Amino acid sequence: MPKITYIDLDGASHVCEVANGLSVMEGAVANGVPGILAICGGSCACSTCHAYVDEAWTAEVGAANEIEDATLDLANDRKAQSRLTCQIVVKPAFEGLVIHVAKND
Amino acid sequence: MTRCVIVGAGQAGLQIAETLRRGGFEGELLLLGDESSLPYQRPPLSKKYLLNEVEAARLLFRPAEHFAKLKVEVRLDTQVARIERATRELVLADGSHLTYDRLALTTGARVRQLSVPGAADSRVCYLRGLADAERIRVQLAAARRVAIIGGGFIGLEVAAIARQLGKEVTVIEAQSRVLQRVVAPAISSFFHTLHTGYGVRILLEQQVNHLERAAECSTVVTDDGTRVAVDLIVVGIGVVPNVELADAAGLICEAGIVVDEFACTSDPVIVAAGDCTRHRNLLYALPQRLESVQNAVDQAKVAVGTLLGAPVAYAQVPWFWSDQYEVKLQIAGIATGYDDLVLRGVPADGSFSAFYFAGERVIAVDSINRPAEHMAARKLIAAGGRCTKAQVADLATDLKSIL
Repeated sequence: MPKITYIDLDGASHVCEVANGLSVMEGAVANGVPGILAICGGSCACSTCHAYVDEAWTAEVGAANEIEDATLDLANDRKAQSRLTCQIVVKPAFEGLVIHVAKND
Repeated sequence: MTRCVIVGAGQAGLQIAETLRRGGFEGELLLLGDESSLPYQRPPLSKKYLLNEVEAARLLFRPAEHFAKLKVEVRLDTQVARIERATRELVLADGSHLTYDRLALTTGARVRQLSVPGAADSRVCYLRGLADAERIRVQLAAARRVAIIGGGFIGLEVAAIARQLGKEVTVIEAQSRVLQRVVAPAISSFFHTLHTGYGVRILLEQQVNHLERAAECSTVVTDDGTRVAVDLIVVGIGVVPNVELADAAGLICEAGIVVDEFACTSDPVIVAAGDCTRHRNLLYALPQRLESVQNAVDQAKVAVGTLLGAPVAYAQVPWFWSDQYEVKLQIAGIATGYDDLVLRGVPADGSFSAFYFAGERVIAVDSINRPAEHMAARKLIAAGGRCTKAQVADLATDLKSIL
């Protein structure tokens, strides 16, 4: 299981083992990472699991698809590294992935 | 406030608990649920969960440790028998008492039962909770033919899943079109075509008269004598808000627990949120009762403002979604009272939006596989919905530019 580091809005790091096949959002929720709310449950409908992929990882993680891209329009403080974490599926290559939680409300 | 009790551990109840803690509430916090599971997501129950794509554990909003960390005492399998407002106590079904100084009611809704002869049949299933979905999942696996009674969101979502699993599916709808209560005829027509294209049989204007059970199958018989023999019947004919607790305690209820724009009931120390409420939203003249994740979450936040003594009025554009096959329907706003419908894009392309106008204002938008337009629509409606029909119909007009 890849270890993913979630950095919350207070700057605290949460290093979590997340099973392959789960979403990065589910990994955050299962480990109680603050700030990843995911109120639609991962249906790409709400933007409350918004986070920034660490710059060292953007190429590996890839870009949002069209639906996610549109949904991200609702997110606060969208940046180039913005993703909805419910749409990122964890795979072995994500060992060491770093995710910065965005301001979700 | 030193002790807040939340009755109902669904989306709204969980949101109240978390938002109270985030808002700095340090007193005792109890979350009572009548189901056996920690709070979980309901939307996937009629979608991915039935397809066996997710297991129950993945539906949980938060793991058990999270509640301990938040100092929220969660009591599952807990039924509340009544509220004693004079002494600010809850009496539980086991006879024990719990005191509160603030109470939040997030009791949700329950399915409307089919009330025809023969309806008490083990082949008849309803879908509301995890246990219901689990039962449908098991029976669906063994079924060859499935009847869906009710062509609303739940019925059509289950129909789509059953077709994807290769079942023979018949949808029986009492009205003259599917989704009649929620969308315009053009959208109903799109979904009708979508489902029939996938091989679903849809019977319209057919009232179920009774069910007949035999050893090998059950038969749905409609008023005109049509007979549909199946192995599984899924009923999706709407829900009834759970108001009994509030009603028996003397709180004002009118097909929903009546709350003001601050989520406050007729007792100032009791708030309510979610599917169970008939509420005020400053964007609308009339009170509403909505069944949605958005309303549960946003109204819960309003309730917390009231509980913490920093009230903020509810004024959010409602939104909804439904997933069927490869189609994502997203609805922004409430279409009640519209007088004109303008399409943007062509239904035959499988991607378009329908704008509901009341006079010169857009009050609701249904988007089919057009997430960007849905998002723009939410902003447009929140901003008052001022735009022209020509702007909306013209694909060359960027919706964001008219905000």
